[in-house]
Amino acid sequence: MLSIRALGKRYTGPRERTVLAGVDLELAAGDYVAIMGESGVGKSTLLNLVAGLDRADEGSIRIGGAELSSLDDDALTVLRRERLGFVFQAFHVLPYLSLAANVALPLALVGVGGDERERRVAEMLAAVGLADRAASFPRELSGGELQRVAIARALVHRPMLVLADEPTGNLDPESASAILALLRDQVKGRGAAGILVTHSLAAARSADRVLLLTREGLRAHGDGS
Amino acid sequence: MLRTADVSDWRAVLSGAFAQNRLRTAIAVLAIALGVALGFAVQLINGSAVDALAQGVRTVSGDADLVVRGPRSGFDEALFVRFARDPEVAVASPAVEVEARVAGRNDALRIVGLDLFRAAAIQPGLVAETGSGLDMLRPDAIFLSAAARAAFGLAPGDTIALQVGLVDARLRVAGQLAGAAGERIAAMDIAGAQALFGRLGRLTRIDLRLSEGVDPRRFAERHAAALPAGVAIDRPDASLRATESVSRSYRVNLNVLALVALFTGGLLVSSTQALGVVRRRAQFALLRVLGVTRGRLARLVALEGALIGAAGATLGVVAGYAIARIAVRFAGSDLGAGFFRGVEPSLAVDPWALATFFLLGVVAALGGSLVPAREAARAAPARALKAGDEETALSRMRSPAAGLALFVLGALLVGLPPVDGLPIAGYAAIACLLAGTLLAMPWIAGMALARAPVPRSPPSALAFAQLRGAPGQVAVSLAAIVAAVSLVVSMAIMVQSFRSSLDAWLARVLPAEVYFRVPSADTAFIAPADRARIEALPGVARVEFLREELLLLDAARPRVVLLARPLAEADAAARLPLVDAPVARPAGAPPPVWVNEAMVDLYGFRAGRVVALPIAGREVPFFVAGVWRDYGRPQGAVQVDEATFVALTGERNATNGAVWLASGASAANVRDAIRAAVPGGERLEVALPGEIRALSLAAFDRTFAVTYALELAAVAIGLFGLSSAFGALVVARRREFGVLRHLGMTRRQVGAMLATEGAATAALGVGVGTVLGAAISLILVYVVNRQSFHWGMELDVPWVNLALFGLAVVALATLTAMLSGRQAMGVDAVRAVKEDW
Repeated sequence: MLSIRALGKRYTGPRERTVLAGVDLELAAGDYVAIMGESGVGKSTLLNLVAGLDRADEGSIRIGGAELSSLDDDALTVLRRERLGFVFQAFHVLPYLSLAANVALPLALVGVGGDERERRVAEMLAAVGLADRAASFPRELSGGELQRVAIARALVHRPMLVLADEPTGNLDPESASAILALLRDQVKGRGAAGILVTHSLAAARSADRVLLLTREGLRAHGDGS
Repeated sequence: MLRTADVSDWRAVLSGAFAQNRLRTAIAVLAIALGVALGFAVQLINGSAVDALAQGVRTVSGDADLVVRGPRSGFDEALFVRFARDPEVAVASPAVEVEARVAGRNDALRIVGLDLFRAAAIQPGLVAETGSGLDMLRPDAIFLSAAARAAFGLAPGDTIALQVGLVDARLRVAGQLAGAAGERIAAMDIAGAQALFGRLGRLTRIDLRLSEGVDPRRFAERHAAALPAGVAIDRPDASLRATESVSRSYRVNLNVLALVALFTGGLLVSSTQALGVVRRRAQFALLRVLGVTRGRLARLVALEGALIGAAGATLGVVAGYAIARIAVRFAGSDLGAGFFRGVEPSLAVDPWALATFFLLGVVAALGGSLVPAREAARAAPARALKAGDEETALSRMRSPAAGLALFVLGALLVGLPPVDGLPIAGYAAIACLLAGTLLAMPWIAGMALARAPVPRSPPSALAFAQLRGAPGQVAVSLAAIVAAVSLVVSMAIMVQSFRSSLDAWLARVLPAEVYFRVPSADTAFIAPADRARIEALPGVARVEFLREELLLLDAARPRVVLLARPLAEADAAARLPLVDAPVARPAGAPPPVWVNEAMVDLYGFRAGRVVALPIAGREVPFFVAGVWRDYGRPQGAVQVDEATFVALTGERNATNGAVWLASGASAANVRDAIRAAVPGGERLEVALPGEIRALSLAAFDRTFAVTYALELAAVAIGLFGLSSAFGALVVARRREFGVLRHLGMTRRQVGAMLATEGAATAALGVGVGTVLGAAISLILVYVVNRQSFHWGMELDVPWVNLALFGLAVVALATLTAMLSGRQAMGVDAVRAVKEDW
């Protein structure tokens, strides 16, 4: 489903710097991994490369058989729209849309409309425990609730892969724990693969596997460290 | 008082804010500069022209305490003897004034005939400075002011040819006058002037210096009743007020237009600051958390506005001076309106005017910053620190109560009469409508967007959702464009109504096929023998002659025009452009007079009333049989039947004529024949109706040319405002665009979303601006124009032009939004979603 081979990324400029080198990763449907690492080691860069928001200098990334390096910006956008879901640290729920409209947005972009869209939105909101808040606006919600909306939005269009970048960074420990459980259940329950990037070992333990990103590449957390 | 540390804090925050918004700050500065420049230029040009006029009046009246003035044709010189012998009069200086046409030039020269010895005591400016003083006693010598010498290129010893009657009279330029440097004026011996200009036994003014201790007001009151009808005694500055009043409404209208441009600039500052506050909401919240008080934060934002205003005002006064110089050079001191002929102003900067316009610029920008400043101070720091709280900042503006209250006040003001001849209440009503609309804009935007159909495509649907969720931001973005559109629409409707009414009026008042008139009614006329010659010309079926006189009804107002022509009561409705049905004259009532609308407004000469006109030195009663529309004489005009006029005055000389051609006759041939038939006929101004119409409409267009420039400037400011607002919003919404790119929206889709927002916002602005402009145009047509110029007009809406204008503004605004969106496209989507507090 996701295949990363010998991935490398350098930032050019006055101080050229290699951020990623020799990164390999294989994920199948239902796989849910956490990636940890020191600040600046390239965790977010890896997510951006997988999302098609940045270009790799070496190696390949294939999502559902599609080689990202062969796609132009529009094709990458379509791929992102159809096959990926995102959960951000700062939620990024659009303030001027109701919860239902926020969750419906990916469906609208992939052309799912009418009753089908309403049914799937209602189902997703119910799945994240916000069935009775469909008409509410983001300003009326707590941080934990906003992240639930973000999870619903990330999964409503049935993506292959969900990318979550520090999804509990803005939450209290109790809310964080609930969100991590929800995210894992929804990703795995819907047959998607998931990558959780986090600094928190506690958060990382909610995943099936914990990987550590270093200058040398990805390895299982605890291997030779 | 600020401590040293505070000052450096303020400087750091301000310089940071300006550096962050360099382009928008520069545009706001330019908008204020534009408004100040236009206002200051108009003030400078008009102020200088009026100063030159005042100087002219001072020169002619000198240090006289009182002036006796009468009809333009003058009064019996026996009146001079009465004043000269009065023991309370120290010096009485008689004068004959005429406007004489300079031969071979389309220009008039004001000539004052004076008694040298008496004038020297009261009017030293009209006494020779160069040349022999004794030449002022010679009937063939004339002295010119410096301006007249320069204008006509004459030096002492040269000969000046003046048209007197229909022939040329030649006078020797004997020297230069001591005063009146800025006015085209000449002085000569009074007896010579009376003889040359056909004023034997008549005077047009007597300047009086009273003996020491005599109260001028009481002296005037004592003598006023004994003066012949149509002759008045008053302070010299009364005639200045009268001359000035002719152009005052025009000048005030121009100043109001410039103030609207400045107001629009203030709105631009307001939208720039409001959105700057929204954008920096989190920064301000952090400052509050760090201990900056609400008051200091508000003062900081207000100070930003004041600095923008000061920079704009400085630039504006400099640009205003430059504009004034260019405008005077190319369009004249009246900006093409034709009020100040013969005046050659030198631009003199009045420090008070300069300070006033500088302060107006600062106040406009400061005023525009007050609401954003208050908002910056009121924001709750904890909430403001959260992203996505921007609209909360503007949600308090959604109540329509204040706006509706201003609408009601505006409606009430419309019914009030003018103040000192100016439509102050009308202007105030316009200000109320404008301010009310801007205050009600968030509510209007909310209502309109809630009812707008939602497009199906996701980008457009998102655009509408964003606009519906942020009517406050929409309103702030739109303030400048609503003001600009309303200005353009109101002016377009008013100007179109005026122009089409003028065109229809010209068609109505020019029924004949050839028109002719003497070049100067002061010094030329068509005698009965000439009338007979013209009537007998081949190709002429009928000629109607007209006599034009100027009567003084009120010393503080300009003279009223009297037109005497064959005009039977039964034909009046068919021949005059009456605004209402004529009033039947009761049996035994005095002879009929038809008055223009200005006479109703200025003198209360309503239809059906009996009024008195000073004709031939006595008050003659007339019955006002009807009111006619007149776009040529805002100072007032009356028409009487020629037979009545001749019976009262014995005067049979005419000044104008209209010719109806015989079947098959050529207008061009008849024109030539008229010129050949009358001695000096080549001096007659002969024109065909089409030429008069074209000239009149060209003069009309020239008069309004300056207003088009002001409107364009306002629209440019409005578009800058929209651009500025969109730019700020785009920056404020970077995270949103980043999220949308993550969710799978292409750059084009984000661009389409912004374009939809731009188009919908502009359409709303154009729609509201058009409705507001239409309402303002009604006030302009029925209140401001009527009270300013005393003429009515029929409403005529230029639908096609307004539709094209609206589409152009929407297209430009959409383009503006898209260009602003490129900034959003350029922002890295990844970085955008990472930026947060």
